[in-house]
Amino acid sequence: MRVIDYAVKIRVKPDNSGVVTDGVKHSMNPFCEIAVEEAVKLKEKKLVKEVVAVSCGPQQSQETIRTALAMGADRGIHVEVSGKDYESLGPLQVSKIMAALAKKEEAQLIILGKQAIDDDCNQTGQMTAALLDWPQGTFASEVSLDGDNVKVVREIDGGLETIRINTPAVLTADLRLNTPRYATLPNIMKAKKKKIANVKPADLGVDLTSRLEVLRVDEPPQRLAGMKVETVEDLVAKLKDAGRV
Amino acid sequence: MANPLKGEVIRLYKTWVAGKLVPISSSIWARGGVHPGQLLYLGREYPKGAAYFRERLKFAFMKNKDETDPEKIKQLVARGDHVIKELEALYFLRKYRAMKKRYYEPEN
Repeated sequence: MRVIDYAVKIRVKPDNSGVVTDGVKHSMNPFCEIAVEEAVKLKEKKLVKEVVAVSCGPQQSQETIRTALAMGADRGIHVEVSGKDYESLGPLQVSKIMAALAKKEEAQLIILGKQAIDDDCNQTGQMTAALLDWPQGTFASEVSLDGDNVKVVREIDGGLETIRINTPAVLTADLRLNTPRYATLPNIMKAKKKKIANVKPADLGVDLTSRLEVLRVDEPPQRLAGMKVETVEDLVAKLKDAGRV
Repeated sequence: MANPLKGEVIRLYKTWVAGKLVPISSSIWARGGVHPGQLLYLGREYPKGAAYFRERLKFAFMKNKDETDPEKIKQLVARGDHVIKELEALYFLRKYRAMKKRYYEPEN
């Protein structure tokens, strides 16, 4: 999915209603890049037949789909969501869309990034699996597809967990799953021949109404200015004052 | 030295350089393949900015534009390939380290 580029310095709008997105560089969510890479790898290993890249959003989302196509996806589906609907688009709406598409396309595997670096929800994969009543392998750092089931090594607190789940299934990609290939210019050019279908959420019978209302967006608290001290004694004294020693 | 690639190369370079076509010697481009376009495209994400990268790229190509020795051209093209790989590695590492720093506990 399309997010503000990770390297951009985020600015909150003066009215605290959100962050500034106009004219700001956007790119594919880093965890989604890893998801696309994994799908393409599975196809290269001939374990899956076709990779379909999906993105929900305004016209510009097509750029993100083109990047996925350049990385090796076979075709794309752009679910058009813009304006107010796009502003309130969240994991619940996206997962409803993904579930509808999965049924329509008879998908065997849905691979998503574990979370988006803009909202950090970490919910879409889980909700999609729940809506479809499919098993889920989240925070995947290793995926082995074997016929009608898949072994997933998951990153969890304190280590790794290995599970085996049946397909069809939903997987979410964690950082160490793979190294996404860079979409080179020649590949982007070649990808222009691949098809991107346009779909509206209404066509899929999906209601985009949000159950959430963003009340306010604030910047993180400014770090307090540091203090300079002349000697070690000064440092100890100041630490004692602050109750730190 | 006429070369079917020359048209491709110029088109690609033109596409990415705000419409301004830089005059170029045919020899370097004949062997250059799609490097200018590819490198320029890669320069979009350069940490010091796309404009800085474009300047340096133009300078590097202009410096060698009159090269005719096929051996030297091969070396320069190889260096171009090498730079492409370095840039891709740079971009990946920057992103990976940023994600690791933001989302994961520091390893002791």
